[in-house]
Amino acid sequence: MKHTLSVLVENKPGVLSRVAGLFSRRGFNIDSLAVGVTENPDVSRMTITVDGKEHPIEQVTKQLHKLINVIKITDLDPVNTVARELALIKVKSDAGSRGEIMQIAEIFRANILDVARNTMVLEITGTTEKIDALLQLLAPQGVVEIVRTGRIAIERGAK
Amino acid sequence: MLLKGSEAIVRALADEGVRDIFGLPGGVVIPLYDALYESKINHYLVRHEQAAAHAADGYARATGRTGVCIATSGPGATNLVTGIANAYMDSTPMVAITGQVRSGLIGTDGFQEADITGITQPIVKHSYLIKDPNDIPRIFREAFYIAASGRPGPVVIDIPVDMQLAEIDYQRPERVNLPGYKPTLKGNRKQVKAAAKLIVAAERPVIYAGGGVVSSGAEKELRQLAKLVQAPVTTTLMGLGTFPETDRLSLGMLGMHGTGYANYAVTHSDLLVAVGARFDDRVTGKLATFAREAKKIHIDLDPAEISKNVAIDVPIVGDARNVLRDLIAEIKKLKPSKQRTRPWLKQIDDWKQSHPLTYKELKRDIMPQFVVEEIYRVTRGKAVIVTEVGQNQMWAALFYQHTKGRNFISSGGLVTMGFGFPASIGAKVGRPRDIVIDIAGDGSFQMNIQELATAVNYEIPVIVAILNNGYLGMVRQWQELFWNKRYSETCIDCQPDFARLAEAYGALGITVTDKKDVAEALETAIAAKRPAVLDFRVRREENVFPMVPAGKSITEMIGGQK
Ligand SMILES: Cc1ncc(C[n+]2csc(CCOP(=O)(O)OP(=O)(O)O)c2C)c(N)n1
Ligand SMILES: [Mg+2]
Repeated sequence: MKHTLSVLVENKPGVLSRVAGLFSRRGFNIDSLAVGVTENPDVSRMTITVDGKEHPIEQVTKQLHKLINVIKITDLDPVNTVARELALIKVKSDAGSRGEIMQIAEIFRANILDVARNTMVLEITGTTEKIDALLQLLAPQGVVEIVRTGRIAIERGAK
Repeated sequence: MLLKGSEAIVRALADEGVRDIFGLPGGVVIPLYDALYESKINHYLVRHEQAAAHAADGYARATGRTGVCIATSGPGATNLVTGIANAYMDSTPMVAITGQVRSGLIGTDGFQEADITGITQPIVKHSYLIKDPNDIPRIFREAFYIAASGRPGPVVIDIPVDMQLAEIDYQRPERVNLPGYKPTLKGNRKQVKAAAKLIVAAERPVIYAGGGVVSSGAEKELRQLAKLVQAPVTTTLMGLGTFPETDRLSLGMLGMHGTGYANYAVTHSDLLVAVGARFDDRVTGKLATFAREAKKIHIDLDPAEISKNVAIDVPIVGDARNVLRDLIAEIKKLKPSKQRTRPWLKQIDDWKQSHPLTYKELKRDIMPQFVVEEIYRVTRGKAVIVTEVGQNQMWAALFYQHTKGRNFISSGGLVTMGFGFPASIGAKVGRPRDIVIDIAGDGSFQMNIQELATAVNYEIPVIVAILNNGYLGMVRQWQELFWNKRYSETCIDCQPDFARLAEAYGALGITVTDKKDVAEALETAIAAKRPAVLDFRVRREENVFPMVPAGKSITEMIGGQK
């Protein structure tokens, strides 16, 4: 199972490298990683997704905890979490296919950011699965380039 | 108070109670060394920075106080790396201070620049690169706190030369503020209760004690617990001495080169109580068969160690001494029976009879085990024993009866050849009144032999007892047993005359080739009160037994049977 770890860290130089280094040293793979500041400028949040099948998630979190600059780790419960990812997709298009791509985009509520003679750029926000589904539908058109942010997530409710 | 950065560093060291430092200067730490010039802190100038780190490590293990070493940027700093890794693997409290090129030059491949915080990232508990001289007081305060608290470990502080020259207002921060660092010292009550219940009900318990008992100072409590429930105790290499091996309840060391009776006891136990130990593969052998009949209690400061290698039934995160105290109180309430383990202890006595630690004595040849036994006899077991790595290390572990923690100092995790001699210098600096003996191999000793100059320079009377077999003996043993005696690159009989080399440095040197002269050589060295090298020419192809081949169950021992 994929786990989404929400990790609060001190906003100090070198912290990202310590976290990334710990994953590689302990032989854990990071599926995706997103970093940004929080409401408190001294604290950053890293959202890390890892495959729990491959690595005992408990070892991952316990080892992470040992880093002095790591303040708090939450293994987000998927039921109580909203998670999103953003992707920018450049897809081949010409006069013939443009309409179909626009239709697909509409179904997925993707925005069209750029239309050129031979390509279009789509912007989509959603769960990993939704983005994967869109990519699958676009595949026959020829996907030229994909840029994905990695998952960010937040717990529902007042907590 | 206004101080130069370098003066602030020395001030901070003094404020942390540092009395002794090991190091070697270079360009970017000249300001720091200038500030040390008139300080009350004793600085020991080593001949290679690796030795500074190991000396600081040995000092810390012998005294319990944080060890400190200094090196210059670039090669000075990289020379510390092995010593830092060694301290990390064995959880030694250490602060390593490195000079760095001036801050404006960082990242430009400047003269003698090396990214030491980057290089050491996977082998430190924490590290700092000082970018603002005003941070010096806080960073030193934090570094010493982090190094010594919780599960101890090395902390690196990298200081660009301009930070040492800047003027700052020095004020020691009263408290540290580390929101992400709060070690759990007190064991959970419910867990302690659950553990107590298991312990009083066990019929075949074994206590398995490691280095955590040494660092938390829990020897007394460990002994109390063992006596209270009449449970036998086995220790890891790092835990040697925490339970007196002269006691009937002692099983000695377990694992790959453990005693037969320790390995049998663990394998047949119905309860294993691990205290400050981490189920290293050299201890467990094949995991699937390790103590598989036993319920397992694990007391450790580091939550990440719990269930890392072996599934645990009752984990207790906390400082070993605190937890053992609570546990003993809880057990007393349950009125444990001392009779319960009687048949089990009888069984263990039988194993001690059938699988004793022995070796074949020869008429004149010196057996390495014999030298270790003589060291025990001559020092009446009161010496601080430091070891190198290899067969010498295992013989020192097995054939000396360890009775006190902090009196056995050995590189257990990284297993670093060349650790022992500088570590013994550090140990002797920290405990000048004790006899300190480095039980050495001819190979390992040559990895930091230059420190003879340091020992002579500061009149640090450590004794190096080389079990000289002319081989990288432990590797040769594996080749003999598992590689058809193909001794590829393990014969090192082209070697200096160690006694004469010692004399050339100004130390005492004695060569011993006959068994009857072993004790006298030791006595002479002890009486000389100066650095001494004893070159014991031992039987060359002697092996360490018993031995569990890598990956086998710990009862599948070679040798060690009567
Ligand atoms: C720095 C380092 N290099 C290599 C090894 C691998 N190694 C382990 S034991 C050993 C032989 C040590 O020889 P010696 O010091 O003579 O000890 P002996 O086993 O002969 O007692 C070697 C090479 C090591 N542990 N450390
Ligand atoms: Mg040797």
